[in-house]
Amino acid sequence: MKEYIKNKKDLSHKIKAIYMWWHKPAVDSEFLQSLPNLKVITSSGVGVDHLDLKLISSFGVKVANTPHAVSNPTADMGMALLLASARRIVEGCEIAVSSDTKYFEADWLGEEVTGATLGIIGMGSIGYKVAQRAKAFDMKILYHNRNQRKQEEEQAVGAIYCKKMDDLLQQSDFVMLIVSLTPETHKLIGKRELELMKPTATLINICRGPVVDQDALVHALQNGVIKAAAVDVTYPEPLPRDHPLLKLKNIIITPHIGSATSKSRWVMMENMVENILSGVNGLPLPNEVHP
Amino acid sequence: MGEQELPGVLILEIGGECGVLESHVAFLRKHFSLITMKEFLQNKEKWSEKTESIFVFERRPVIDRELLESLPNLKVIGNSGVGVNHLDLKLISSFGVKVTNTPHAVSDSTADIGMALMLASARRLVEGYHIAVSPDTKDFAVDWLGVEVTRATLGIIGMGSIGYKVAKRAKAFDMKILYHNRSQRKEKEEQAVGAVYCKKIEDLLQQSDFVMLVVNLTPETHKLIGKRELEFMKPTATLINICRGAVVDQDALVEALQNGVIRAAALDVTYPEPLPRDHPLLKLKNVTLTPHIGTATVKALRMMTEEAVDNILAVLQDLPVPSEVIPK
Repeated sequence: MKEYIKNKKDLSHKIKAIYMWWHKPAVDSEFLQSLPNLKVITSSGVGVDHLDLKLISSFGVKVANTPHAVSNPTADMGMALLLASARRIVEGCEIAVSSDTKYFEADWLGEEVTGATLGIIGMGSIGYKVAQRAKAFDMKILYHNRNQRKQEEEQAVGAIYCKKMDDLLQQSDFVMLIVSLTPETHKLIGKRELELMKPTATLINICRGPVVDQDALVHALQNGVIKAAAVDVTYPEPLPRDHPLLKLKNIIITPHIGSATSKSRWVMMENMVENILSGVNGLPLPNEVHP
Repeated sequence: MGEQELPGVLILEIGGECGVLESHVAFLRKHFSLITMKEFLQNKEKWSEKTESIFVFERRPVIDRELLESLPNLKVIGNSGVGVNHLDLKLISSFGVKVTNTPHAVSDSTADIGMALMLASARRLVEGYHIAVSPDTKDFAVDWLGVEVTRATLGIIGMGSIGYKVAKRAKAFDMKILYHNRSQRKEKEEQAVGAVYCKKIEDLLQQSDFVMLVVNLTPETHKLIGKRELEFMKPTATLINICRGAVVDQDALVEALQNGVIRAAALDVTYPEPLPRDHPLLKLKNVTLTPHIGTATVKALRMMTEEAVDNILAVLQDLPVPSEVIPK
């Protein structure tokens, strides 16, 4: 971008692709207008809620993301958060290293994961991989999705479809959110949904902060409406340092590290290069995102 | 039936630091006349003949020769938990007393903790949490990375019930599973979890991204992992210990972690527990420590008490004992 800004006249016609790593460089109407030969924008990660897809498409530019690169590490992160929350790993670490600790209390207990009920909201690639992992813990798996999956897919992970999200909320010990952020899923989980959940249940969010009504979540956690939460994503990121979520004892927050492994970043890069080459050569994009 | 007719079981105490959980007392009283150590010591004559069993919870009460000599009618010591390294099995056996443990009750929750620690360490979860909530945090760094668990190689040392359950879970993460055990498992069992036997522990150590220790503590496994074994491990590997602290040479581990001989460690168990507050393991950035919570769930503790009671009653009623521990 530095070089481009110094030399727009020469470079603007040469730019055929934008490699957007963690939302940068950002694109707006002005920027798109100045790149007459732009064919493709590849965005790292799977979420495209930061892009105005209609606007970009109006310039005849294609958009691609990297869904496959993120699905394994994000599913792993979902399980990591579920286990860390249930077994109170963060609190446990603090006790283990605290200068005040004299002995380990016998009556300090967490919640069993094996055999518990996991409700997955959003059964795309990541959701399905979470189900595969959870099945090995003998968890009972419920899921809610725009469409029901094929029977063989359901049977392979022992997942039961809940056409009504309310049914899933009422029966789950762990509720995991794995949906794309769209106008339909914005504040999908609010006061009403949290109240439908069991008071002993845990909410896990590994997709996007705005899928949850954060104020309602604060209230629910403060008042024991649900037991706990574990979120890799918030709105905004990071949260303001005086935000109530940072002070609550019954929430684990991680800094959006769902795909933060060296391996996945490498694969993302490879995917992005592949999509750029296809786009620049007029071939179909392996991972095109349509508005 | 009055309480006097129920067999007597000696316990340390109810509640407190390491006493039997208050929530379990009603269940215990259905089957036993409960005698606390305090009551016993205050009135040995009354209680010593009635005490046919001891329920050991959190390794208490401590079983020594003096206690055994004062309990002429003792038939069984029922331990809560599977590890019995805190019990002198030969000594107890010499008094004609049986020892039982609770292998079934602990296996799921301990396997879950193994997975929890592996994931937390690989993905730097605790570090990440501190960044997320720290007052100094302004942005989340994009190049802050952990290591991938899916498709990595897990080497399980000790493939008993718990080890096998870990393998089952790890398989769902598409992990390549190697294992080392006193004896090789049946082919069907290996195939069900895709586990490959390593007769030589060195082979497992050299190939694994994650090494998980799931053995009993015995004289043979004491300091099983020392300087030599740590040096066999990849410098990018993580050691996870969910069995007993003394299986690892702790000083060698500190040195290995300080010098990048291995990448990281995640330990639910140490020697002693807790560690002294000035111990180097508490200060290392690449260690995740938890306070021996492998079975710390409401469900597991309840199941452990129930399994211990079943075993104690089986001995007292001369029935087959589900989980007797025989000294070697």
